[in-house]
Amino acid sequence: MNPYNYLYLSALLFTIGAIGVVVRRNAIVVFMCIELMLNAANLTLVTFSRINGTLDGQVVAFFTMVVAACEVVVGLAIIVAIYRSRRSASVDDASLLKR
Amino acid sequence: MTTSTSLVYLIALPLLGATVLLLAGRRSDKWGHLLATAMSASSFAVGLYQLSLMLDRPTEERAVSQKLFSWINVGTFNVDAGLLLDQLSICFVLLITGVGTLIHIYSISYMSHDPNRRRFFAYLNLFIAAMLLLVLGDSYLNLYVGWEGVGLASYLLIGFWNQKPAYATASKKAFVMNRVGDMGLSFAIMISFAALGTVTFDGVEEASHTASKAALTAIGIMLLVAAAGKSAQFPLQAWLGDAMAGPTPVSALIHAATMVTAGVYLIVRSNFIFDAAPTAQLLVVIVGAITLMFGALVGTAKDDIKKALAASTMSQIGYMILGAGLGPAGYAFAIMHLLTHGFFKAGMFLGAGSVMHGMNDQVDMRRYGALRKFMPITFITFGLGYLAIIGVPPFAGFYSKDLIIETAFNAGGLKGIILGSTTLIGAAITAFYMTRVMVLTFTSKERWEDNQHPHESPVLMWLPMAILAIGSVTSGILFTRGDALANWLNPVFGEHGEGHAQEHLFEPIVVSAMALTAVAIGVAIALAKYQFSKVDAVAPQNVSIFTRVARKDLMQDSFNEAVFMRPGQALTGLLVKADESVVDGAVRGVGRTALGTGAVLRQTQTGFARSYAALILIGAIALIAGIWVVTQ
Repeated sequence: MNPYNYLYLSALLFTIGAIGVVVRRNAIVVFMCIELMLNAANLTLVTFSRINGTLDGQVVAFFTMVVAACEVVVGLAIIVAIYRSRRSASVDDASLLKR
Repeated sequence: MTTSTSLVYLIALPLLGATVLLLAGRRSDKWGHLLATAMSASSFAVGLYQLSLMLDRPTEERAVSQKLFSWINVGTFNVDAGLLLDQLSICFVLLITGVGTLIHIYSISYMSHDPNRRRFFAYLNLFIAAMLLLVLGDSYLNLYVGWEGVGLASYLLIGFWNQKPAYATASKKAFVMNRVGDMGLSFAIMISFAALGTVTFDGVEEASHTASKAALTAIGIMLLVAAAGKSAQFPLQAWLGDAMAGPTPVSALIHAATMVTAGVYLIVRSNFIFDAAPTAQLLVVIVGAITLMFGALVGTAKDDIKKALAASTMSQIGYMILGAGLGPAGYAFAIMHLLTHGFFKAGMFLGAGSVMHGMNDQVDMRRYGALRKFMPITFITFGLGYLAIIGVPPFAGFYSKDLIIETAFNAGGLKGIILGSTTLIGAAITAFYMTRVMVLTFTSKERWEDNQHPHESPVLMWLPMAILAIGSVTSGILFTRGDALANWLNPVFGEHGEGHAQEHLFEPIVVSAMALTAVAIGVAIALAKYQFSKVDAVAPQNVSIFTRVARKDLMQDSFNEAVFMRPGQALTGLLVKADESVVDGAVRGVGRTALGTGAVLRQTQTGFARSYAALILIGAIALIAGIWVVTQ
């Protein structure tokens, strides 16, 4: 199968993620869209790794997954904390630093 | 040259007195004046001791020097703080410490009611020390230190009663005008270093034989500016009249006998420069001639006794400067007139102080009159000074002024005739205004206010006056007997000091006769105008334009105001505006730009996470697009 199709798929996933981050208000959904973008990038790295026949891309993908896991832990904790104090998970409501 | 280790005591003693009095403060109020007087007197004693040592040595070894310490040592520029006592300096040392001590004694009584008498004596001692440094310095740079020191002391003493704003202004005026002269001296020192490579008197004298005439002329003119500032000579003369705001002993010591003659000292000391630069020498003569007429004319119209004497001082120093500008023939006579003037003018100022003391500090001569009966000692001592200044033989001024008039006539050609006539007319005017002072104060009818009870001054005040009066009577004879002073000073003026016998325009006896005639005319006019006709107690206002101009010091202040002050103020205003709009504008502009940009950019900080995300996205896309465009 043509490996370039994976690249098209990853571009599609990344675009969906990016649009989701920009247009959705719910913090959980935004968060999931970010994960989608990260994984799109991971897919690209693995694809290039296959195309070039080296393992570099796969190694970097592992790093990305580790970082993403950490980020999920911290990010979800923040979202839960905000939800508890403000009874809302909307990212637009959390604009307090502006003032 | 002989070296000595005791010269420094001349300066150190009064300096110690000033330091102790200024540091001890009010604790020394009880004995401060005695300490200061003792310090001045002991400095005088050291001076006499030095004179006796000097007399013991042969003529060519009389000058002594003392190196104090190495002051400036940079590359090829080496200046030692050194002292030089030669035949010229010793005259000044004895004048300064001698007259200075007498005036210290006088001030004990004169200032006895002043709560700040101790501070006054501290300043007097400071002045003595600075003036001695001025005449003892062995280089222009050392002289400059003393020069500034006397300027400071003069400023402090003119403004001694600075609780009166007018007096404080007068001291500031004196200080500022002196700065103009000081600038001349500093320029002279700089040019001397740049062109001749040295600033010591010995070094400059040696270098002056080979130096370019342009450099010497420049140095000479700058020295003349310095002398004009310190000695109140045209065109920097305006401060001296206002300087009379100081206590009268200060006027006697600083603004008559010693400090204002520093300019004459400077020119005579720099004789080697002026002899090699005829243009500068000619300017010296011109300045002297203008000032002697200027001072004399102002003196005729002043009703304030101290201002009349100040105008007279200006005029007499004009004579000295003129004498010093006549070259080798005139140096000794300039110094002689300086010394005799030191006696009679200091004596007359002290006399004026004595009169003020007896008249409740009244200075308006139109409010005096007939004081002869009430102040006989003041009258006699002042009268002897008066006879000396107008030049009646055998009093001191006759000899010294006559010699200057004679030398002026003998300057040769048209120059000689002009200078001679100027000095002769000046002598007549001097006789007129001094007779006016004398008549208005002592002999004419009483014009006092009702509450005045004139009385003679205490012994501490009249004793110094009496001693100075003796000097006014005898010094002329002593100095001229066998050309004593001229022969004494000759070694200072180098090899060209003698043998300048030019053809005489007039015989000495003819000059004396002319001078005496001029004096007699001046005295006669003054007697007719003030002794034998009624004098108003208030200055009449409907007088001729000439009198009005003379009362205003020949418009010197208006002139300075129009030519220097107003353009200076305009320039300053312009610079302030330029500073505010250009310099401050640039600084403020930077701030305003940053603020404005910030205000615009702040709009993007909405606080909405999604808009930030969108901006990041757009930025990333733009970046990638840019890279793509560039790499294509």
